[in-house]
Amino acid sequence: MKTENQLESANVNMARRSFLRYAGAGVAAVGVLTAASCSKNHDYIPPNTTAGVDLGATGDLAILNYAYALEQLEAAFYINVAAHMYTGASADEIALLTDIRDHEVAHREFFKTALGTNAIKALTPNFSAIDFSSRAKVLAAAQAFEDTGVAAYNGAGYLIKDAGYLLLAGKIVSVEARHASYIRNLVNPGSFADTTILDANGMDVAKTIAQVLPIANTYLTTKVSASNYGYVAS
Amino acid sequence: MNLLGIIEEIEKADPEFQDRISPRRAAIKNITSFGSKVAVAAMPFAFSTLLKKAYGQTATPSVNDVLNYALKLEFLESAFYNAGVASNISFSASEKAYLVTIQGHENAHVSFLQSVLGSAAVAQSTQGTNGTYDFTAGGTFGNVLTNADTYFAVAQAFEDTGVRAYKGQAGFLLGNKVVLTAALDIHSVEARHASAIRQVRRARGSATTKPWIVGANDTGIAAVNGNYAGEDNVVQGGVTITNLAGVSGNVSLNAATACFDEPLTSAQVVALVAPFGVK
Repeated sequence: MKTENQLESANVNMARRSFLRYAGAGVAAVGVLTAASCSKNHDYIPPNTTAGVDLGATGDLAILNYAYALEQLEAAFYINVAAHMYTGASADEIALLTDIRDHEVAHREFFKTALGTNAIKALTPNFSAIDFSSRAKVLAAAQAFEDTGVAAYNGAGYLIKDAGYLLLAGKIVSVEARHASYIRNLVNPGSFADTTILDANGMDVAKTIAQVLPIANTYLTTKVSASNYGYVAS
Repeated sequence: MNLLGIIEEIEKADPEFQDRISPRRAAIKNITSFGSKVAVAAMPFAFSTLLKKAYGQTATPSVNDVLNYALKLEFLESAFYNAGVASNISFSASEKAYLVTIQGHENAHVSFLQSVLGSAAVAQSTQGTNGTYDFTAGGTFGNVLTNADTYFAVAQAFEDTGVRAYKGQAGFLLGNKVVLTAALDIHSVEARHASAIRQVRRARGSATTKPWIVGANDTGIAAVNGNYAGEDNVVQGGVTITNLAGVSGNVSLNAATACFDEPLTSAQVVALVAPFGVK
């Protein structure tokens, strides 16, 4: 598998080192993650199953893994959309939805590569609630994913301790907002930033981790918890 | 370079200079004693760094500095949409509706920032000429308030630049739950606007314009090259995005540049908006 080959390359390892400038903190957090999982569930959770994952100890690795989880979900969704394109899509719509798919896949791979061994496992999505043959259903889901993504990044920004990571989150969230604007206008022209999502100050409304993960988990077989940020998947 | 002479001159103009640099006196002594050993070329740099520290013009502005910087940009944007909506440009009904929506947000952002800053808020009258901007930027966009295509081109540059400006300030608000979150909540709305304006331009026939920024300057307007400088970056946090696996083959250059927006420093933004009258 290509990605694994890349992960093995010295080049990417270098990149990972520079990304995880606080490597010591990273290693420590993994230990805490395992310990937290064990104490929480009183038994060992084997890797690579559909058992849930926890973002682990509070800190930047947890927030980066939170972003990684959301990007995994978005990438999987748009891969499905593009692979089973609903009827009635214009050429322009197909082109731009394919662009969005490629952005989300790049975000997913970015976090996976950057987090390296600190990354949570690949999540198994469950999109059984979405009728991919229906334009209205697909776009409604896309709108929810994008708006939730924006609210999630906005809400987690202050939890990030490292300015470099905060900037990276900032670089991604505005692209998610660009997606949201486009999808919203496909659903309802002119709704790119309407009062159903903005407050009276013309600002997006940030969501906490504990607000976002239950929404994400409705589309995940692998449930994501953030026990140290006040949310455990039921 | 007569460094001590310069310090004496500064003290004449600013009697409190020694107080300002009080914690830095050791640094001054070092500069003096090592003066003969320090390369001449390095001296101006060392001295300017010292002055920046003494006068607060450092890389870490205060929260109010950040908010006033944002307010100045929001003043510009709100005035631009107020002028556009009030103009005789023949917008379609849907275009006009987009502009009215954005106008409402920019005016709300101004009010919000003013309310947060209170008496520390910079006055709008200090901007432009007695509060009036030159949206032609000295004639570069001569028909901006009479031609819809020019108007949307400038709107796009303003929005994309606004997104970059907010992004560039985030690090100065690190960990500040209230202010950083508010700034991020505005930042993403500016990105929604930027996308919407780009959608309008695409619908008006600018086929290469997408809701996201592809490569560096994708506007087709050379005058705004600076507004998009660096948007073609493909290395994020040490990871080369074009080396990552995409759906088929690696992530394309277009996708790699589009999927991350880039920041601008306040110095870059101030230079870009100065021709419009932002001070």
